Amino acid sequence: MDYEEAKVKITEQLTKKLKTKSKFYFNDLAKILEMKPREAKKIVNKLVENGVLEYWSSGSTSMYGMPGTGKQASAEHED
Amino acid sequence: MAKHETPLLSQLETGPWPSFVSDIKREAESRAKNEKGIDYQIPVDACEDLLGVLELSYKHGRTHWKHGGIVGVFGYGGGVIGRYCDQPEQFPGVAHFHTMRVSQPAGKFYTTEYLKGLCDLWEFRGSGITNMHGSTGDIIFIGTTTPQLEEVFYELTHTFNQDLGGSGSNLRTPSDCVGQARCEFACYDTQAICHELTNYYQDELHRPAFPYKFKFKFDGCPNCCVASIARSDLSFIGTWRDEIRIDAEAVKAYVGGELKPNGGAHAGRDWGAFDIQKEVVDLCPTKCMRYADGKLEINNKECTRCMHCINVMPRALRIGNDRGVTILAGAKAPILDGAQMGTLIVPFMKAEAPYDDIKEKVIEPIWDWWMEEGKNRERLGELMKRQGLQRMIEVLGVDPDPRMVQEPRSNPYIFWKEDEVEGGWKRDINEFRKYHKR
Ligand code: SF4
Ligand code: SF4
Repeated sequence: MDYEEAKVKITEQLTKKLKTKSKFYFNDLAKILEMKPREAKKIVNKLVENGVLEYWSSGSTSMYGMPGTGKQASAEHED
Repeated sequence: MAKHETPLLSQLETGPWPSFVSDIKREAESRAKNEKGIDYQIPVDACEDLLGVLELSYKHGRTHWKHGGIVGVFGYGGGVIGRYCDQPEQFPGVAHFHTMRVSQPAGKFYTTEYLKGLCDLWEFRGSGITNMHGSTGDIIFIGTTTPQLEEVFYELTHTFNQDLGGSGSNLRTPSDCVGQARCEFACYDTQAICHELTNYYQDELHRPAFPYKFKFKFDGCPNCCVASIARSDLSFIGTWRDEIRIDAEAVKAYVGGELKPNGGAHAGRDWGAFDIQKEVVDLCPTKCMRYADGKLEINNKECTRCMHCINVMPRALRIGNDRGVTILAGAKAPILDGAQMGTLIVPFMKAEAPYDDIKEKVIEPIWDWWMEEGKNRERLGELMKRQGLQRMIEVLGVDPDPRMVQEPRSNPYIFWKEDEVEGGWKRDINEFRKYHKR
């Protein structure tokens, strides 16, 4: 899968799920891409670099989301 | 006059130990006076407000910090931990109060000039409060605002030749004991490997893609000064394969009292004359030592490298010459529950630069397995428990070794794989159905 294809796939799937959640584990992304984690990582790194995704961190765990989506509250499981 | 009344915190200062409350109060005072004329980049009363919000937390029995956030420096998924106060009107100085983790130098060697530089930077662009060092080993800068993050990062990387450490689902900042720099017990160069793996695994350190945190720690010998055996997902402990070197003359000198046992460490009280039988031979956990007719002998095959005899008589007994590492996996020390010690997976391996065997035969296969099969927020040790040591051995492609076994088996089942059984167990389903109707 090339980068553009992966970008469309990730954006589509994450947008679809926005109603229920806005933060995703790395594994969720690898599943969407249907790739082994190490391969998926190369693409996910690029998506972050280009601002398609952004990191969210609690300090102990990291998650990914699309910039501007979800409130702090959703990350804290309040909704 | 303090900005907030903090009777509960002040009570903490009355105990016998140095108090972090006094430290924060001192920093608050020093910021208010500003004798050095610093152009503070975050609110001057940040420390006052920190005390205030902490007092309130004690009063309510609840934290007033919000959990996590989207802060960081460009391209990094770790190293910054977003902290926001949920009472920003009352405590504006700590409305944004992010933590930065700074990678510590291998072995934690600094010059005072360097330390002063770091502190000056943090007074200028942060709260001035540090934690030297955090549990993982990092230098912790406590409290700054979002706009300062990139500024601090720029200074660290350009002026101090230093990087941010790991946080989140990353490789955490690797840490090591002081090793060969100062310690003659070190069986390999802990600083060299710590530095090399930190540089080699930059992507894993800064861009989170693991199920959870992952720690490497390097101890030069089984004394385990960085407690790798208890605190790291992969623990590297120095060891030797040959024999403990005995200097018979020095043994005599210990027995005769010319040399002080334990390097003179227990000199505060008179413990009587040194008794080699009682203090060394009888305490050997494997009973593999003998002292008779003024001669000390060790049955090295039985020795588990516990270090006791060497610690007591360092001038007489020395680590062997054929040195390397033992590798253990799966330790963790979470605050709440589930603490677990490491399990031995590699009894002996040479630890020489560029450490290709360690990288390619141990670290990377383990990561591949854990990244694919680990659940979200599952540490390596938990995956090992869930899938069993047998799976771990498969992942590493090594033969099982009695030294990996901690206790007799408690599971009565033995599972064979088809290729381990002569003839396999393929069956002809049509043949079977002739005699067994559906
Ligand atoms: S772990 Fe061993 S080698 Fe390292 S500093 Fe401690 S005693 Fe020395
Ligand atoms: S290192 Fe420990 S096990 Fe080995 S001989 Fe000394 S006391 Fe015994």
